[in-house]
Amino acid sequence: MTDTPTMKRVREGLKRRYRSEKRFQSFGILAIVLALGFLVFLLANVFVQGMSAFRTTEIAVQVYFDPMVIDPGGTREREALSKANYRGLVRKSLRDIFPDVKDRQDKRRLYKLLSTGAGFNLRKEVLDNPGLIGKTLTVWMVASDDVDMAFKNNASFDKNVKSQGINAKQSAWLRDLKASGQIRSVFNKTFFLSGDSREPELAGIGGAVMGSLLSLAVTLAISFPLGAMTAVYLEEFAPKNRWTEIIEVNINNLASVPSIIFGLLGLSVFLNVFNMNRSSPMVGGLVLALMTLPTVIIAGRAALKSVPPSIREAALSVGASPLQAVFHHVLPLSMPGMLTGAIIGMARALGETAPLLMIGMVAFIVDVPKGFADPATALPVQIFLWADSPERAFEEKTAAAIVILLAFLICMNLIAVIMRKKFERKW
Amino acid sequence: MLSSTVFFVLVLLTFAGFYMGRSKAVSSVSGELRELQSLPGYYGYYVAIWCGLPVMLLLGLWFSLEPRIIEMILISEMPERFAGLSDIQLNLLINDIHNLAQNNITSRQVDAELMAVAERYAALKQTSAWAMMVATLSMAIAGLTYGQRSITPAFKASNFVEKVIMAALIASSTIAVLTTIGIVLSLLFESIRFFNMVSPADFLFGLEWSPQTALRPDQVGSSGLFGAIPLLTGTLLISFIAMMVAAPVGLLSAMFMAEYANPRFRAAVKPLLEILAGVPTVVYGFFAALTVAPLFRGFGVNIGLDISSESALAAGAVMGIMIIPFVSSMSDDAIRAVPLAMREGSMGLGATKSETIKRVIFPAALPGIIGGLLLAVSRAIGETMIVVMAAGLSANLTANPLEAVTTITVQIVSLLTGDQEFDSPKTLSAFALGLLLFVVTLILNIIALKIVKKFREKYD
Repeated sequence: MTDTPTMKRVREGLKRRYRSEKRFQSFGILAIVLALGFLVFLLANVFVQGMSAFRTTEIAVQVYFDPMVIDPGGTREREALSKANYRGLVRKSLRDIFPDVKDRQDKRRLYKLLSTGAGFNLRKEVLDNPGLIGKTLTVWMVASDDVDMAFKNNASFDKNVKSQGINAKQSAWLRDLKASGQIRSVFNKTFFLSGDSREPELAGIGGAVMGSLLSLAVTLAISFPLGAMTAVYLEEFAPKNRWTEIIEVNINNLASVPSIIFGLLGLSVFLNVFNMNRSSPMVGGLVLALMTLPTVIIAGRAALKSVPPSIREAALSVGASPLQAVFHHVLPLSMPGMLTGAIIGMARALGETAPLLMIGMVAFIVDVPKGFADPATALPVQIFLWADSPERAFEEKTAAAIVILLAFLICMNLIAVIMRKKFERKW
Repeated sequence: MLSSTVFFVLVLLTFAGFYMGRSKAVSSVSGELRELQSLPGYYGYYVAIWCGLPVMLLLGLWFSLEPRIIEMILISEMPERFAGLSDIQLNLLINDIHNLAQNNITSRQVDAELMAVAERYAALKQTSAWAMMVATLSMAIAGLTYGQRSITPAFKASNFVEKVIMAALIASSTIAVLTTIGIVLSLLFESIRFFNMVSPADFLFGLEWSPQTALRPDQVGSSGLFGAIPLLTGTLLISFIAMMVAAPVGLLSAMFMAEYANPRFRAAVKPLLEILAGVPTVVYGFFAALTVAPLFRGFGVNIGLDISSESALAAGAVMGIMIIPFVSSMSDDAIRAVPLAMREGSMGLGATKSETIKRVIFPAALPGIIGGLLLAVSRAIGETMIVVMAAGLSANLTANPLEAVTTITVQIVSLLTGDQEFDSPKTLSAFALGLLLFVVTLILNIIALKIVKKFREKYD
């Protein structure tokens, strides 16, 4: 091979060019690693923070169900039983464990070991089973959030952790309880079943999950039929004219309108014009339905497009009307694709927060909603509310609620993926 | 309770209508189905439509009008001392009556007169429920009999049914347009009320935002200034930071995926990246507020910088992570749309792969990439939860990313959560901000879609 001067220059430059080639490629890999690293960091961060919220701390207390306190009249009427001073019972039982606590302030600190919900639990137990009155029983009661946090971080209570709302005396009591096996960590059922509460140890996502499910039911019931029908019309029947074009442009633009704008729409139309119930899953579901409609329509059109024209032609050729061809043959074939789109739209709706803030689903609601018109909140809104709360114990609740939300989303997306894999047909 | 029973009965009647219509059609030709003009099922649908559709319209009308009519009757019968109330007081009163009728807590002292009104309200509601039941059921039965009677072998049921279905299809396709009209009208309507109180020039060019309005004239600390510029700059600052994160990462990963990665790597990594877009924004908000912001702040303390705990940097960086997949998938599409011939031409001349990408593919795909970036910007501007949770509330006119700024969406949320009165400029300003947000994102989207479309046409 003869080296012309040009070839020489090329060969000299090659090394540099290959180096820059390598560099460029590694930048690409770096970018991907960075993006995936963010993802892993985000998810790991949430999981690590949230896992501890699935357990809660309980303290065993000997309770004497004193008839004089619970039912002084001896009538055993529900009314009387439910009005008794159960908090006093709880406090007395605590004092019995530590008889040498005399100082008023110390007593108050002692009471703070247990959640304020302990009294309610006692009441429920007595109402369910009035035969308890007069007996002495060991009852496991929910500890307060400070104790819960301290027990999770430092199970032997040996460090003096004053900063977490537990002072030295309380630590000592907790050490005693621990030594006598009167403190334990159990699965946190409250977290899954109950509604919101100001007390972190009593707060749960039950109400929020119910609210989300109710809203999603409304969303699905509205956006799937409407979306599918719109998709069928636009894809199969719409004439190519101005009006159709306007509809199509409209749908594409709606898909990129910020979600908070839909919230404003819901506030001024559904709440102020139609006077619907504020904070209700009905309104939330309607707003989310309008928001997910474009997604469902676009997915539906793609699904219809993937059905080959030969199916339609075959149906028409044996005498089916155009509507029959579509509803009997094309639509069933495109159903998996449409459902996949709907599920993905629902997943988006489930994670959406901003529009729900606008229509008042951000209120503090303790009860688990039972119907579409009840005031409710939604899972992502609950996360937002808890993330704003100053109590440290809410931080793990927030992360745990996120874990639940992500679990729902993963399930929905998995179903969508599996459906696509299973029913996808190559024509 | 009554209404759900009625609803159930109506559904049952509609189903019954289907079977009655079909069997009538079949029996009218005594089983010789060839004699029928349409398939027997169509006769069933025909009767079902007559049974169900008018009733559904009636129900819709009823539910939208009932509260108003009851309210009007109540107001006209109101005791003397409630006369001459303003609209707001009247609203409150009616709210209390609702609550009283449902045994809820009311905001005022309950007396016998009010109690009587509440009882009257409950009675009216009851009457209305019964009237609705009678009206809908008789209408359904009338429809059923009419439909049933018009069935003859020669009757063209299929034409009728198909026309109704077609009408339903067309009606549903207009919902999207109606939604847009609803958005525009509701935003415009409230914004006009706002601009009657605050001049548009003050809103668009004012440099100070402090929407607390004075309730009493002597109140201090409530200036009621509605200059949107600090919000706009705050929004742009955070979006800019987000793009500084998302653009390089998204673009480089798109280039790698489109040009270097083998199909298996692509198939594995692309969905993983898309997860970033699927994570709810409230999760990012939590992450930004409780992890990233303290991290930045701690880092700032270590190197002697004062970074606010609600810095634009933290909110922007996390938002950037969120929009990486938008940028990468749009750029990926644009890069893959560049024809193979251009690649081969460049490589045939001896260029390395990276040289081809940088000098040939990137410039060719640039319009598509810019379109994608614009879409990402519009998404960043409209993003709400991350900034609500991680950015500040006070409007600072600053370009310093270490300080706290606020955004349009943050202000909308803070103005509209909690109690609202719909005649104060403070509440209405949220709608003006919403209009601004809508217009800005719409313009960005239209430009972006135009660019992307033009670019596609070039290579198709």
